Amino acid sequence: MRTAFIDMLTAEAGRDKSLFLLTADLGFSVLERFRDACPDRFLNVGIAEQNMIGVAAGLAHSGFTVFAYSLVNFATLRCFEQIRNDVCNHDLPVRIVGVGGGMVYSTQGYTHHGLEDIGVMRTLPGMVVLAPGDPHEAAEATRLLCTDRRPAYLRLGKSGERRIHASSVNFEIGRAITVAEGRDCTLISTGCMLAYALDIADRLRADHSVHARVLSMHTIKPIDVDAVTAAARETGAVITVEEHSVGSGLGSVVGDLIATHGLGPVAFTKFGTPDGYRSGAGTHDHLRGLMGNLEDVVIDLLRRKGATQRGTRLLP
Amino acid sequence: MLSLEMTHRMNASHVGTCLSMADILAVLYAGVARVDPARPDWSDRDRLILSKGHGAAALYAVLARVGFFDEARLESFCGDGSLLMGHASHQVPGVEFSTGSLGHGLSLACGTALAALRQASRRRSFVILSDGECDEGSTWEAALFAPHHRLENLIAIIDYNGLQSFGRIGDVLGLEPFADKWRAFGWRVLEIDGHDHCQIRAALDSVPDDEGRPTVVIARTVKGKGVSFMENALEWHYRAADEDQLRRALAELGSQA
Repeated sequence: MRTAFIDMLTAEAGRDKSLFLLTADLGFSVLERFRDACPDRFLNVGIAEQNMIGVAAGLAHSGFTVFAYSLVNFATLRCFEQIRNDVCNHDLPVRIVGVGGGMVYSTQGYTHHGLEDIGVMRTLPGMVVLAPGDPHEAAEATRLLCTDRRPAYLRLGKSGERRIHASSVNFEIGRAITVAEGRDCTLISTGCMLAYALDIADRLRADHSVHARVLSMHTIKPIDVDAVTAAARETGAVITVEEHSVGSGLGSVVGDLIATHGLGPVAFTKFGTPDGYRSGAGTHDHLRGLMGNLEDVVIDLLRRKGATQRGTRLLP
Repeated sequence: MLSLEMTHRMNASHVGTCLSMADILAVLYAGVARVDPARPDWSDRDRLILSKGHGAAALYAVLARVGFFDEARLESFCGDGSLLMGHASHQVPGVEFSTGSLGHGLSLACGTALAALRQASRRRSFVILSDGECDEGSTWEAALFAPHHRLENLIAIIDYNGLQSFGRIGDVLGLEPFADKWRAFGWRVLEIDGHDHCQIRAALDSVPDDEGRPTVVIARTVKGKGVSFMENALEWHYRAADEDQLRRALAELGSQA
């Protein structure tokens, strides 16, 4: 995803001289291509994220569209107030780019696991929050952020994410992508969980004859209300899937939406990291395993739904 | 004097800080800064950032006086539905950035100064800091940044009145040797009497620096300057003058004008 991001940004910067890239001293073996292609619009500000966002706001106020790059937590939590006051309050085109969304920097430990970033970024006024599901989505998100004028947060994975889409994808900010059709439930996935959600959908079909719709909800804010309401009405069961705290991320957004849109009885649960979760050492697969098994969560939800709703398709 | 009336009207805070930097603002807007009240968005204007956003009443008063908006609007300061909120708001003509949380302005000014250099513009960036906000680590992140990137078009003015929110600077978190710290970071340092208009003018006109350094002007000031019972008194960070105090204060300032 990092490569997809920087390749697209470098290509766009060749055409658009207003694009500027700042980094807080991260991006080794990733950002060099932009630095070499556009040295007058690249700056490593040093390990100083608060200053990076202030400088980004000053540049954006002066006509640049600024991408500010660091690890998820450093780019969002360390400098949250600068993002709120200096960027959002002035509606400036600053793009906070966080790499390492979720626990992809698995062995690095708790400080490097981004599990609250979506939650805090989505609270900010006017902030667009994007978490693309594969490298193609990451490239398209980057391309759109070169011209969109709103403050934005782009949550990326790291490298090696499976490509889900064909060579191109119809990507619109605020419009979910249906990756698999299904009528029994909907897995609404955000960020790098997309490949996992698709794998689980395959297993649900093979093991339980459950046909799950899978959405890539790459935009958490503004959320695609139509896609969520359609999923609730048409499949009756919604499971959000995210490598993020369930207390504040996509699941909370979707839960709010279901509760406030008069959608009737909808079976709903959130798959992610629970409050109090403290990630430890281990591989990414190991850490994901600690989140539980999505297949079991879906089956449990559908069983509970079947127990309370007569006349619907029941699982054995 | 306008600040005194504005804060009195709404029982608002921060009149002491308005008086400590009133002379700096007056000199800055009375000929140093290249701004055009008729064209607040003029692209080549100098950028003025009030990092100590709690001095908004003084900034609004000066902006109105030089013609960015009608002085009558000052009467709405802090009132219901007014754009003139108690900390500087960019919704007010002439205000570049909203401020109020300390430690933001120097980074913003680094950004506008960097942009000017990259855009080959001669515009300058002025930023007024409080002494207290030099407690903020973010201020020192920016202080490292500006000399490294040779932001010769950046001028930071520090309103060094010696009082912060809950005590004297030297008691709460000492800054001395203050000028040496900035020099060590690579800044050109000027130390002036922040109420002497000639010294303020000479300092602000001396940029850009020939050697490519950013400039910091450490302006020694008196909080509550010009009103005997407000000078160097912490309480005037919070209190507003009542009717009698306002009358006395205006009389004292009027006699000095």
